[in-house]
Amino acid sequence: MSLLIKRIALAVLVLFAAPLAAQDLLPPAPYAYKQLEDPAQEAKAQALMETLRCLKCQSQAISDSDAPMAGDMRHQVRTRIKAGEDPEAIRTWLIERYGDYVSYAPQNKPIMWPLFAAPLVILLLAGILLRGRFRKAAKSEKAE
Amino acid sequence: MSEPAPKRPGLAIWLPLILFGAFFALVIWGLVRPADREVASAFIGKPLPSFALEAAVEDRPGLATADFKAGKPKLLNVFASWCVPCAIESPQLAALAKQGVEIDGVAIRDRREDVARFLATNGNPFARIGKDDLSQVQLAIGSSGVPETFVIDGKGVIRYQHIGEIREEDMSLILEKLKEAES
Repeated sequence: MSLLIKRIALAVLVLFAAPLAAQDLLPPAPYAYKQLEDPAQEAKAQALMETLRCLKCQSQAISDSDAPMAGDMRHQVRTRIKAGEDPEAIRTWLIERYGDYVSYAPQNKPIMWPLFAAPLVILLLAGILLRGRFRKAAKSEKAE
Repeated sequence: MSEPAPKRPGLAIWLPLILFGAFFALVIWGLVRPADREVASAFIGKPLPSFALEAAVEDRPGLATADFKAGKPKLLNVFASWCVPCAIESPQLAALAKQGVEIDGVAIRDRREDVARFLATNGNPFARIGKDDLSQVQLAIGSSGVPETFVIDGKGVIRYQHIGEIREEDMSLILEKLKEAES
């Protein structure tokens, strides 16, 4: 019986135990969760943060992530916007450090060209194929 | 209406199957391939951005860019007391320090008392430790996690990035990169 009580007590204690997570104890950066005072600046910052990848949780944007590092990145973005920096300059700054992967917005680089050219190439191919088909059909009709 | 002469089905008839097979193989490959989730710094070969961090512990000075321009290659170790793998690399860092390699630390989002406790438990291989509460230096050098170790040459240029803890088998590589950074 006392064993059962001990077990229940242990189970209750476990409920209140702090998880031993690899997480820091510092409070979030000032501008991690606080919006900028100027709504226009905040809108700019928000638009940028939605297109920057969180490096800790890579399928999330930094605006969506609660990882401390994403918070620090938001702080970085907001303070720079507040200082009057251009959002694209901040994106470039991050790409210089982490590569294109950090940005969700596609960059206009030669490696992207095949992607943009593909629909045109497919349309062209389809056009050529269809022309061949129609010609054949017209010929066989004439032959009748 | 006369039927056109039945053509011999050429290789073309296999094309859809081949395409399907190729897509299938691609999907399977994507599923079983061990995903590489590490984001390497794109800042290798570039000079350290300028920063000045205050000291993270009482008995070591803080860290600034100027400290890396003394002419000798150094290691810049990004760590944190709350980072579990950081404790694993302690013996390796201690061994490097013993060989005369100067290791400077950047403590990410850490409290002074926690850093002190971490170093008391795991040993202190650092010559200097800067306190980076907003991950500013981490972001500035393109580091995306803890621990990471950068080889910085005597002019303050980032020469190599090691992602994750330094294990025993990584030691020769780190020493080699330090040697390369001498030139």
